[in-house]
Amino acid sequence: MKHTSTSSIAHQPLALVNARLIDPSALTETVGGVLIIDGLIRDLGADITPANLPPHARIINCGGDCVTPGLIDMRAFIGEPGAEHRETIATATLAAAAGGVTTILARPDTNPPVDEPAVVDFLLRRARDTGRVRVLPSAALTAGLNGMEIAEIGLLQQAGAVAFSDGARSIRNARVLRRVMQYARDFDALVIHHAEDPDLAAEGVMNEGEFASRLGLAGTPREAEAIMLDRDIRLVNLTGARYHAALVTTSLSLDIIAKAKADGLNVTCATSINHLALNENDIGDYRTFLKLAPPLRGEDERRALVAGLASGLIDAIVSDHNPQDVETKRLPFTEAEDGAIGLETMLSAGLRLVHSGEIPLGRLIAAMTIRPAEILRLPQGRLKVGAPADLIRFDQDEPFVVDPAKLHSRCKNTPFDEARMEGRVKLTLVAGEMVYEAE
Amino acid sequence: MVNPPKKLLFPHRHLLGIEGLSAQDIEILLDLAETAIEVSRQVEKKRSTLRGRTLINLFFETSTRTQSSFELAGKRLGADVMNMSVATSSVKKGETLIDTAVTLNAMRPDIIVVRHAHAGAVHLLARKVDCSVVNAGDGAHEHPTQALLDALTIRRNKGRIKGLSVAICGDILHSRVARSNILLLSALGARVRVVGPSTLLPPGIDRMGVEVFRDMRAGLEGADIVMMLRLQRERMQGGYIPSAKEYFRFFGLDEAKLKNAKPDALVMHPGPMNRGVEIDSSVADGDRSLIRVQVEMGVAVRIAVLEALAQHLPNG
Repeated sequence: MKHTSTSSIAHQPLALVNARLIDPSALTETVGGVLIIDGLIRDLGADITPANLPPHARIINCGGDCVTPGLIDMRAFIGEPGAEHRETIATATLAAAAGGVTTILARPDTNPPVDEPAVVDFLLRRARDTGRVRVLPSAALTAGLNGMEIAEIGLLQQAGAVAFSDGARSIRNARVLRRVMQYARDFDALVIHHAEDPDLAAEGVMNEGEFASRLGLAGTPREAEAIMLDRDIRLVNLTGARYHAALVTTSLSLDIIAKAKADGLNVTCATSINHLALNENDIGDYRTFLKLAPPLRGEDERRALVAGLASGLIDAIVSDHNPQDVETKRLPFTEAEDGAIGLETMLSAGLRLVHSGEIPLGRLIAAMTIRPAEILRLPQGRLKVGAPADLIRFDQDEPFVVDPAKLHSRCKNTPFDEARMEGRVKLTLVAGEMVYEAE
Repeated sequence: MVNPPKKLLFPHRHLLGIEGLSAQDIEILLDLAETAIEVSRQVEKKRSTLRGRTLINLFFETSTRTQSSFELAGKRLGADVMNMSVATSSVKKGETLIDTAVTLNAMRPDIIVVRHAHAGAVHLLARKVDCSVVNAGDGAHEHPTQALLDALTIRRNKGRIKGLSVAICGDILHSRVARSNILLLSALGARVRVVGPSTLLPPGIDRMGVEVFRDMRAGLEGADIVMMLRLQRERMQGGYIPSAKEYFRFFGLDEAKLKNAKPDALVMHPGPMNRGVEIDSSVADGDRSLIRVQVEMGVAVRIAVLEALAQHLPNG
């Protein structure tokens, strides 16, 4: 991680005081402070006031702003290696820091893919040398992401891969996925799968339904996701694997996840901030920045996702950050690439749901912090003595307009182009070090 | 006057598997094999037990050590041995297994030794012929003479089988050696464990009376015998395991992993070995390896089996 302050400052105690501490584990709020020593949370609570801090502590008065753990994003595409024109670890982590994301799980579908230990090692070194926030490699489930042969899960795990997935690809062959799950289970490795039937989704460029038909675009039915997810859950039941559905977008999927959880299976799921905050109507006049895979769904589905988030059925919110350069987006809708950037706006977009009363703040933060931390078995993502001091400060109500030119990502394909939002990050700490401070 | 111990008869006409044999049946074969070891160690290796008899080796799958070991066993007992390999037989011309059996039966052999790629094929053939049939391996089902020679090797080097802890490691799923050994060693009172990645463990194997380990070090803890299985080449590339490299790291027997077994643990392998895949050369060639002993025991066990079946031949 790039050191933005000198080591002497890093060892100086730091205190955030006069803050609304949002504890995503207990879903409680306390007015108080956090004391940080040696990169860890040393103490926290209402008693942390300027009066009772170590004498040399640096004190930041938060003026009543929210302080929460830094966000953990389980799904982001970072261009390294192979697509540095779209994004680098340096630019992605700068965007992340500005958006309050302190841990990124990088997608393995790079070029070359993260399917051998040397690539994991490369990513860890690049992240150490050029990253502003934590970047954790996920590695391939199948060699070359080919969906045919098990990747070297044991060796990749030893090299530092924290989870396994084929990125945006689904494993079509059930026998292969079954063996992958069996094998991953032996290593207690997390299987993250993008569940979308590639045959059923083949020609679709947006959600199937009236709106797609009016626009004259081919649709992807919700069943493309549900059929694959249902198959996956049956294989989880067969193999005992630890499974995370990378990105669910439909109520059909939520029913499947609910049953799997009720059956006691080791199953979790995430949805994207885009699918929570937007619906297919936002595509409007063929706006390609809203062309996503899986596609934005109808309003009923979006509401079902919000309800799933509120109830805890949906474990995590991901940015699904997917930078695309403008040339691949400035095309007819059908030909344009899928994907939107999201690292820098996921918190603000999430706060829209809080402001509209759709979801309590604690739930939103939990799905971006403690829940991903638990799924990935990370020590951060919680307000707890001894936890890494990955923390963010934000004013929940600060209004602003998203200006793509000011976003830090190398690509500017944000679906929230010119959107009015309330609440943005003022300060981001990783291991007690300031990696972002708003001007 | 003390009566000499009555010689026990092996009560079966065929040897199709370990399944169906009692502990006593197994002991009879192992005791016979003990005496057979001496036959092979003499300068004059011939006996006349099977003089005038015909033994057909019918191998639908290629084999070096099993086929040659049955051939030697038959010849040392004085039988006429005919090796039929599939490549030159009418099977290539489309003949069914049953037609082959009927044809061979008409030639009036006394014993047929059969290996076939499919489980149950040897049993099917045995129902169609009048002679004795020995299973030399049927698919992933059974390989009884391998289990017997393994047991003989263990008994001679450990002095017993009962109470020993035996870890069978590697590709259990496709292994007839594993299944026969599980049955035999359990019948004789050993504690059997199987060790391998889940993808190479047969579903429900835990209900065959074995302990299942997916971690090699844990699986070898306290083992008296470490029995490695061959990983077949077609399984090495991604289908069941990621790669030979990863397999060796986590499931290959090297000195470091062997340290988890008992200090006097012995190492076995039915051969042929993939050095650097399931076993490191330093272990395979080390002083705890019984791998070459197993080959010698193989001939003795096959002599014993042919002798035992000879007791049931007409006019035997």
